[in-house]
Amino acid sequence: MSDKDKKIDGIIAEFSNPYELLKSAEKVRDAGYRKFDCHSPFPVHGLDAAMGLKPSKLGWFVAIGGATGGAVAILMQWWMSAVDYKVVTSGKPLFSFQAFVPITFELTILFSAFTVVFGMLIFNLLPRFNHPVFNSERFKKATDDSFFISLMANDPQFNSEKVKDFLKSIGGEHVEELIADE
Amino acid sequence: MSTVDDNTTKSIASGCKPLIAGNPTFSSITQRITEIVELEVKKTPKAWFIAFSITSTMTMIMSAMIGWLLWEGTGVWGLQNPAGWGWAIVNFVFWVGIGHAGTLISAILFLFRQKWRTSINRFAEAMTIFAVICAGMFPGIHVGRAWVAYWMFPLPNQMSMWPNFRSPLLWDVFAVGTYFTVSCLFWYVGLIPDLATLRDRATNKIRKIIYGIFSLGWRGGNRQWQHYEKAYLILAGIATPLVLSVHTVVSFDFAVGVVPGWHTTIFPPYFVAGAIFSGFAMVMTLAVIARKIYNLEDFITLNHLECMNKIMLVTGTMVGYAYACEFFIAWYGGNIYEQSIFINRAKGPYSWAYWTMVTCNVIVPQLFWFKKFRRNVPWMFVASILINVGMWFERFVITVTSLSQDFLPSSWDYFVPTIFDIGIFIGSFGLFLTLFLLFLRFLPMIAIAEVKGVIPQADPHYYEHHDEEKH
Repeated sequence: MSDKDKKIDGIIAEFSNPYELLKSAEKVRDAGYRKFDCHSPFPVHGLDAAMGLKPSKLGWFVAIGGATGGAVAILMQWWMSAVDYKVVTSGKPLFSFQAFVPITFELTILFSAFTVVFGMLIFNLLPRFNHPVFNSERFKKATDDSFFISLMANDPQFNSEKVKDFLKSIGGEHVEELIADE
Repeated sequence: MSTVDDNTTKSIASGCKPLIAGNPTFSSITQRITEIVELEVKKTPKAWFIAFSITSTMTMIMSAMIGWLLWEGTGVWGLQNPAGWGWAIVNFVFWVGIGHAGTLISAILFLFRQKWRTSINRFAEAMTIFAVICAGMFPGIHVGRAWVAYWMFPLPNQMSMWPNFRSPLLWDVFAVGTYFTVSCLFWYVGLIPDLATLRDRATNKIRKIIYGIFSLGWRGGNRQWQHYEKAYLILAGIATPLVLSVHTVVSFDFAVGVVPGWHTTIFPPYFVAGAIFSGFAMVMTLAVIARKIYNLEDFITLNHLECMNKIMLVTGTMVGYAYACEFFIAWYGGNIYEQSIFINRAKGPYSWAYWTMVTCNVIVPQLFWFKKFRRNVPWMFVASILINVGMWFERFVITVTSLSQDFLPSSWDYFVPTIFDIGIFIGSFGLFLTLFLLFLRFLPMIAIAEVKGVIPQADPHYYEHHDEEKH
């Protein structure tokens, strides 16, 4: 075990291209690690399976958000024009639902869009400005042209020496401990 | 090697034309796009400052004119009886239409897996937002008492009144409001990874903090990309029906009325096609200038421009068909008011506007059937401007010809714009271009992460093939 007072938050290793990243992700997954992530400047296809991730559940939340929007729109238009402020226009019934379709549609979309964006941020736990990976200077290349695997210390199997050796053995370069600045 | 591998090899080796020219690498893409944003203030191209001073002056003049309009009332415009809707509505429809191309590029082409969109989607989306800002301004000032424009929203008020939900004008408030909001969200979501790139490259503190905050701590992990890509897909999926609905609702402003020349069912598809047509023309105008000034010919290649010209050809032809169809229905429908308004459009006092519209919108794009014209940059620049002139006249013809010659010949009049009509319209271009120039200066105009994703090196199979070659 490593020095306790050093407090390692995790280990990162750099890989040269998407192919290396993909193959290494499979090996990390097969070695039984759970708290790891693969960082790339653009989404790499096939990584979800390589990392053993389940499909994103965001869509279900958006369906709920959209349905809420539609229901709010219908209720609002019904209450405002058929209950609270009854004015007959063009001889139409007070609850003339055909005329309420456009606004119902627009609010369904509006609520869905907000659910998508805020749902995505919640799923991703963003905004978060203090993640341990940001303590690595090399990690800045993750948004440019480099590929990283980060393995976090809260993984049940985490042992910094073993993890470092393992990441080197699967081809990781610049293997680095993530240590918070004091 | 199996046959499957053979196929992969072939498609990579011979392949279609590369989307991004000049053999880019991941870092060269980052470098080329971010260096435009990272330039020191002093090193900003002179052309940018000149353009900015002109466009911001136009915006100031417009603001002064709007000030006078609010003080004096909408009478400063050329509005009269019977043409109570003038340039404000024409400009509103014109600007909303321009915006539609941005959403088409970012959402519909995304769903159709048209990878060439990655080079132009960012600034087309920016264009959408700025165009909708210009559009939203016009109904706001057209209500006359702009300080009570909030009456358009269903807000509790001391009069205990609610808006009329059966009115297409109210549908418009919701459609355009939703459109603006969703466009902003879509644009911002797309920007997050690129803002992270700018954050990581930032050398000065202010930049680090600002880009740092707006990139939300993005770290490009696949656990994030997974939800991000899902979010992007769903946003594209909901923006697609949204964009079609927006111009449909705009067309309802006309089609639900009983005025001859407006009361037709062809309006929604006709308006949507026209909107995409004019929007692509605007993207073309801006793209041709931007790629020249910032030397982005490798990113926005002639192939990209050709694809856009093809879309203009398609939508232009659809618009031409709609013009013909309107005439046919006017005759076939047997309504004398409808017939007279269409004959008047072609032969009456506004025939100059009508034939300008037909020439620019129907005849000009037909030249894009020929490859020579599709790949000729000066021509497509001229054509894109002509198309937008034509599309503005289309809305003018629809709005003004129908209103100024209504059911009662005794009330007919000829609409003449005043300096305030013209000034505010030209000024709206100033506002649009000012916002666009600021965008070019401070944000990446090409989607860095998306462009990286479409070059061959982004595909893990690319390296498999190279490994095999070595063995």
